[in-house]
Amino acid sequence: MNAIQTALETRSSSLLDVENIRADFPILGITVNDKPLVYLDNAASSQMPRQVIDRLVHYQTKQHANIHRGVHYLSEVATSEFEVARRKLQHFINAREEREVIFTSGTTEAINLVMHGYGRKYICAGDEIILTTLEHHANIVPWQMLAEEKGARIRVVPVNDAGELLVDEYEKLFNERTKFVGVTHVSNALGSINPVKEMIAFAHARGVPVLVDGAQAAPHTAVDVQDLDCDFYAFSGHKLCGPTGIGILYGRASILEDMQPFKGGGDMILSVTFEKTTYNTIPHKFEAGTPPIAAAIGLGAAVDYLSGIGMDAIAAHEHALLKYATDQVQSMPGVRIIGTAGQKAAVLSFAVNGVHPHDIGTLLNQEGIAVRTGHHCAQPVMQRFKVPATSRASFAFYNTLDEVDALVAGIRNVQKIFT
Amino acid sequence: MADYKSLYQEVILDHNKKPRNYGTIECPSHHAVGHNPLCGDHITVDVVVDEGRISNIAFQGESCAICKASASMMTTSVKGKTREEAETLIQEFLAMTTGRVPHEACPHIGRLAVFSGVKDLPTRVKCAILPWHTLNGAFNAVGTTSTEADADPMQTPIGDA
Repeated sequence: MNAIQTALETRSSSLLDVENIRADFPILGITVNDKPLVYLDNAASSQMPRQVIDRLVHYQTKQHANIHRGVHYLSEVATSEFEVARRKLQHFINAREEREVIFTSGTTEAINLVMHGYGRKYICAGDEIILTTLEHHANIVPWQMLAEEKGARIRVVPVNDAGELLVDEYEKLFNERTKFVGVTHVSNALGSINPVKEMIAFAHARGVPVLVDGAQAAPHTAVDVQDLDCDFYAFSGHKLCGPTGIGILYGRASILEDMQPFKGGGDMILSVTFEKTTYNTIPHKFEAGTPPIAAAIGLGAAVDYLSGIGMDAIAAHEHALLKYATDQVQSMPGVRIIGTAGQKAAVLSFAVNGVHPHDIGTLLNQEGIAVRTGHHCAQPVMQRFKVPATSRASFAFYNTLDEVDALVAGIRNVQKIFT
Repeated sequence: MADYKSLYQEVILDHNKKPRNYGTIECPSHHAVGHNPLCGDHITVDVVVDEGRISNIAFQGESCAICKASASMMTTSVKGKTREEAETLIQEFLAMTTGRVPHEACPHIGRLAVFSGVKDLPTRVKCAILPWHTLNGAFNAVGTTSTEADADPMQTPIGDA
């Protein structure tokens, strides 16, 4: 089937009214180097629709005060809106209870919270933590810090040449010293969707809790933490059309209650004397200090927006974009796709023979096309595939087939310049 | 607005394709390794300074076209010059590529002016100046000790987020 036929089929089967959706995103209308912006760096950060921008403006102009404190009007409004946002996030991931939803500054802080609150309390010398080759540095470095502090050991699940986790090898890593598993739901560098539900079931059968890094999964697929049965699920707001500086840690209530606080300060206490401090209940025990209130409320508006479109429709459109892009790019001589897992989110990492990714990035930028180049904070993945860096196009529901065509033309132009 | 096209000019593409003085020198009087953590690029620079004059210089490494062409043109520019002349050129190159001084005001820059375009590409400035940092590191190392770019006082931190 040629590209035009694929495109026609994809266009007619798309469930989304992309033209109308794009009209919600003011930034998609800008030009870069006198070319229309083609934004394909969504795995790094997504763009924000007018609905979220307006919600932030409304909050700052009509509703702002500090939360959980004042008895005055604005404080009550801000507190109420902040907690409404928590409930929106609860429903977005289908958590049992809203107190299982902790606001953090992002995925990185969420993972660090688990490392400090759970890891430092329960993981001891000689214990083992299982991670995977596909982890982002944010789900590696905190556990290395813990392992160093405690004398624990990190075990790593390998991947095959397609970028798929070797589940048999994962299962073989378990022994009586295994105390924790950290696994990414979707690889940020390759797009591989990992079989986390099966991995969680295997770990739970051995009494081992599991943290899922959902930073790349939450924007692209419906997340159901009860169905996954994970103990922790971490993700970021700014990859979900929300603001930066806000993220979510979902934790199973029974585990959160037994955990140590992460940060000490206001709001996370019930009473303080110099002799003794009594910690607040969850989730507040983990939310010391004034949180990013506006960002949390903005994230609530963002998940409303995404739910309004429908996560299944979003996933279907992104899958169509990925398939169209993959078909075109893999037929280009001298271009290699890195990460060819059977199950993939809308991430296309590639290498062009004889051209460094940074040169690709600069030359694509000249055409108004934004891709990410580098190691994507996943150096073990780069080492596994023996590349110093890749170029990565990552698609969102507001991207179009025309933009994929622009990317392909851009890559051809790069090849032309370097021949 | 930057004229990006001017960055990937023939001369730069040519030096990328056919780098001059590429390789290593067996017994260099000065040697350093430069590393760009942003992209994982690294290059080595070997120099032989003989009676105050650079009699031989070579570089080697994995890098983007901008970095490789910059290194290649650096070696051809400083070969045969005195160490002081090379150090002056390092300062002019850094001043030009970081946008502090226009290339017209750099008396020794010559054809290295093709790199002046990187001043408008903040993420690519590091690529162009890595070889020059590394040469500076080589000059200032004790004997032939390697110096990592991180220890180079001219190096500014680069995030990897």
